[in-house]
Amino acid sequence: MADPYIIYIPQDSAACSVGANEVAEVIVQNARSAGIDVKIIRTGSRGAYWLEPLVEIEANGKRLGYGPVTTANVAALFESRFYEGGENALCIGIVDEHPFFARQERLTFARCGIIDPLDLDAYRRHGGLKGLEKAATMTSEAIVEEMIESGLRGRGGAGFPAGIKWKTALAQSSDQKFICANADEGDSGTFADRMIMEGDPFALIEGMIIAGFATGAEHGLIYLRSEYPAALRIMTNAITAFEDVGLLGENIADSGRAFSIELRRGAGAYICGEETSMLESLEGKRGEVRVKPPIPAIKGLFGKPTIVNNVLTLAAVPFILAEGATAYRNYGMGRSRGTQPFQLAGNIKRGGLVEKAFGVTLRELIEEFGGGSFTGRPLRAVQVGGPLGAYLTADELDLPMDYEAFVDAGAMLGHGGVVVFDDSVDMARQAEFSMTFCAEESCGKCTPCRIGAVRGAETISKIRNGENIAANVALLTDLCEIMTDGSLCAMGGLTPMPVLSALEKFPEDFDIPDARKRATP
Amino acid sequence: MNAESDLTERTRALCRAQASRPDALIEILHDIQEEAGFIPRETIPVLAEELNLSRADVHGVASFYHDFRDAPPDGPIVKLCRGEACQAMGCDTLAEALEISPPESDGVKSVIETVYCLGNCALGPAAMVSGQLIGRANKENISDALNKTATRKLNGANG
Ligand SMILES: Cc1cc2nc3c(=O)[nH]c(=O)nc-3n(C[C@H](O)[C@H](O)[C@H](O)COP(=O)(O)O)c2cc1C
Ligand code: SF4
Ligand code: FES
Repeated sequence: MADPYIIYIPQDSAACSVGANEVAEVIVQNARSAGIDVKIIRTGSRGAYWLEPLVEIEANGKRLGYGPVTTANVAALFESRFYEGGENALCIGIVDEHPFFARQERLTFARCGIIDPLDLDAYRRHGGLKGLEKAATMTSEAIVEEMIESGLRGRGGAGFPAGIKWKTALAQSSDQKFICANADEGDSGTFADRMIMEGDPFALIEGMIIAGFATGAEHGLIYLRSEYPAALRIMTNAITAFEDVGLLGENIADSGRAFSIELRRGAGAYICGEETSMLESLEGKRGEVRVKPPIPAIKGLFGKPTIVNNVLTLAAVPFILAEGATAYRNYGMGRSRGTQPFQLAGNIKRGGLVEKAFGVTLRELIEEFGGGSFTGRPLRAVQVGGPLGAYLTADELDLPMDYEAFVDAGAMLGHGGVVVFDDSVDMARQAEFSMTFCAEESCGKCTPCRIGAVRGAETISKIRNGENIAANVALLTDLCEIMTDGSLCAMGGLTPMPVLSALEKFPEDFDIPDARKRATP
Repeated sequence: MNAESDLTERTRALCRAQASRPDALIEILHDIQEEAGFIPRETIPVLAEELNLSRADVHGVASFYHDFRDAPPDGPIVKLCRGEACQAMGCDTLAEALEISPPESDGVKSVIETVYCLGNCALGPAAMVSGQLIGRANKENISDALNKTATRKLNGANG
């Protein structure tokens, strides 16, 4: 009997949000009634969301793609014998050679969308576990050295060098240490953590185990936001799969070291992405931010040395150990080493995930990969780095994606989210939203943030109503200064960034007299 | 057996499933809400006793997190993302339309709930119904999702 035709269909929740499950069902029905033997493999998403549901088949060792597929065009796909690579209007050709993918540099996302996320053999065949096996033969100090050498910086927002953080935790003598994966992914415009957890969960687990080996921690926790039920399901199964084969537990990979992982759900609080708030939440408490110092690497969960790293930071670790620090640091520019999974979101034609070395410009991302705005109208503003990130204008698109270049431009890279707005955006409304969001999500511990954000939203509302514009703009600027200087954490401290960037770069939206003249010196 | 003692026993069981660890409070609250649809007030003293916390502690936690509700919702919940990426795709207009005439499921009006980011920012506006993510959300596909969940529940109940 001939082998069945293999058909790959994503089960990623965003792909399912536009019908991937329904398409899979109809493909199975059609195959059955035509008497064609098919085997469906559900994968993560490749991250080309405008092509989802993207159905792939294998022909001559290459993966051919068809998308976006709807239930309505499945019959036509069968008529053109797509399962053998037949010609069809939806065919995008060899997926790896498609312009959206060909120019990407996929290190962290190398397997995402390619394999069944819970197939451990496939994970191994595609390079998984090499990093862990290598780490198992190394001393903690050597692993930490490798990490420092790689130049990997935290992908959760602050960009702190991961190796240095690990070194601090390693240096602590303690009966217990913890590795906490920050999977709260609260920033609007970001979805890379979700994608990797749904599409390649073993990579995160492998990274966490290596972090345990490097620091002497034997217990890991994943703080996963409740908005991601599919990721929770897949991560749970992935942990079990590792436990079943002894990759979690005692004496992992003959290293003599132990590691276990526990999953914890968040509960809809943005502030719990902040690391100390997350630790409070993991202890079962209100997510109130802790005063630093002490830093978590010294005194974290239950007062024990704790590494808090973002999902993407940890998922980058297996590659670094497997291929060596140099292979990783050869990508990037300046002090931003390696690759970043950028996320193109909002009003964009080809939205999705682009993993690229640092140094790629915002314009390349938005225009070449993203194809400009979804609506086809001119782009007017871009917010990079989540709800606390600055708004940039259409004139600033040549900025390279680099931590330092962004800081110099009064902006921040954050978790790599790029949200595009067309010319219908009202920037005063966006500024008001930033304050409202801060007011709603503030943990309430310090006054500049708790009260300042409420007052800020009121003040912008007045400006939008045309009340005493000059006086209220002055008040708003003062308020922002107080929030920046007096807030305990970046929630209150950075909310002024989107607000002031909107005010300074788009004064005409605040109806400031002579604004247009002032805006173009 | 009356409903209140049932609830008490169930709450105790959920705590014990987590070895009555106080740090598991949020997990336990999720479990309670999944079963009851909200956090009934009567569970607070039980949780406090089981986990060796004060009632004020438990209440403080339950009220801090947006996920937990202290009363049953008036209808099936539609979570609508109001984050920036979805704003750029017109979620504010969609929200207004949904507020004016909320889609129904089995003749019951849905409750539109604001959330910030569902991780579907490349396919905005995004919504979620019963854990099912919806991309390029509009009134029609939200209604469809509500109807589908209603049918699923019915089928589940029958067999
Ligand atoms: C308000 C606020 C929200 C944050 N949300 C997240 C988040 O959702 N995910 C994340 O990884 N880091 C978040 N961070 C950053 C964390 O505090 C911390 O820097 C990070 O998890 C450290 O990991 P990294 O070094 O690997 O980036 C947030 C910070 C602040 C101030
Ligand atoms: S700045 Fe806001 S969120 Fe941060 S500690 Fe203060 S009140 Fe809490
Ligand atoms: S901002 Fe709406 S899904 Fe992310």
